[in-house]
Amino acid sequence: MDTIFTRGPSIAVRLMIAVIMSCVLIFVDHKLDGFQSPRLYFNSLLSPLQYIANLPSLLLDVSAERLTSREDLIDENQTLKDQLLIASEKLQRFDSLEKENSELRALLEAPTSPQYRKIVTELMSVDRNPFAQQIMINKGALNGVFRSQALIDENGIIGQVMEVGTTNSRVLLITDVTHSIPVRSQRNNIQFIASGSGGFNELYLEHVTHSAEVEAGDVLVSSGLGGVFPAGYPVAVVSKVNRDERQVFAQVLATPTAALDRIRYVLLLEPETQAESLNGDTP
Amino acid sequence: MRSRFFTIPLTLTVALVLQIVPLPAQIDLYRPDWVLIVLSYWSMALPNRVNIGTAFLTGLCLDILLGTPLGVHSLVLSISVFVLVANYQRLRNYSVWQQSIVIGLVCSFYHLLQFWVLHLLNDIYFRYEFLLPTLSSMILWPWAFWLLRKIRRQFKVQ
Repeated sequence: MDTIFTRGPSIAVRLMIAVIMSCVLIFVDHKLDGFQSPRLYFNSLLSPLQYIANLPSLLLDVSAERLTSREDLIDENQTLKDQLLIASEKLQRFDSLEKENSELRALLEAPTSPQYRKIVTELMSVDRNPFAQQIMINKGALNGVFRSQALIDENGIIGQVMEVGTTNSRVLLITDVTHSIPVRSQRNNIQFIASGSGGFNELYLEHVTHSAEVEAGDVLVSSGLGGVFPAGYPVAVVSKVNRDERQVFAQVLATPTAALDRIRYVLLLEPETQAESLNGDTP
Repeated sequence: MRSRFFTIPLTLTVALVLQIVPLPAQIDLYRPDWVLIVLSYWSMALPNRVNIGTAFLTGLCLDILLGTPLGVHSLVLSISVFVLVANYQRLRNYSVWQQSIVIGLVCSFYHLLQFWVLHLLNDIYFRYEFLLPTLSSMILWPWAFWLLRKIRRQFKVQ
């Protein structure tokens, strides 16, 4: 029989080559961030596998939609109508408030907050391995998705786009260990940085002094610092404050307001200025 | 003739898809390491065709699909497969149950190594949940072994 020792380099040499190449790849990709554009091509190349992997849940969804009874549909329709009514009532008040706010800001000569264009996208798959909290969405560079674009659902901020493919993109959730988001407390405007814990539904606030006025139940909204996330969207609710004087900082945990374990449809936010500059090129 | 050549890439592709199929969070913790299992079978059965180079390339695909820094999975898979290829003559003579214990060991080694590399890069902390796939992979091994051997004999892969 044909053994591996009869031709080519020995396995020890092969292992050395593989290890050295992997280490170089890790260094270039992680430390130098040198694979942004090749990754786009690789992602597009392997996206058929993502679509195949997504087939079973897609089939289940389609068959569940086909098999719903008439009564269920009527019920669902009714609840949706109710929700729409309540939402539009809120929106009426919001419109007048927004107008009033922009007038007041104009009086103060403060810049008004920019408008955002929204793109609805659908979740493709979830990687919830213990090392990374990421999801894939079904919009990519062709739909105008760009890197570090913010994503929200109906309750709050979900995360930001991490890698863009041609027809799909990878999103880093706010609970990932490598993710941090600048927030402020809605009650008293104290600024914090909320970092992901890698756990299921948990963020923690970094470098909170013992004297900082923060209590369980405080709503944290995005502060808009850093320029990635637009200001004013809800991020999390403080769930636990542990003021252990032996520690340097107080331990503050928060629960994201967005339902990160039940994501289905999400909104991509696109600043209007960028949309205009994109549209400006074409008459 | 053709099927002989394409069987191994095809089984690896299926394993890659199974590795990324979305699952409910509770079951996801127990997801067996499909790619490692399929690679282990081929590297033990046909070490002249599947060895470190194949493991490296499959690892790169896994890195792209899972979004980890390029090179993490290829490094870890290459080393795990090296352990198996270096001892393939001894491992072949073991019974399936003994092999499944060996696979369990390789699997936990794979996860510890992966944790260690990612800990250096990202400061993640160790949880015992990281080792749960070892259990499911050990249980899966006899069935995967039986199925892959059937495939190998059916298509006369060598």
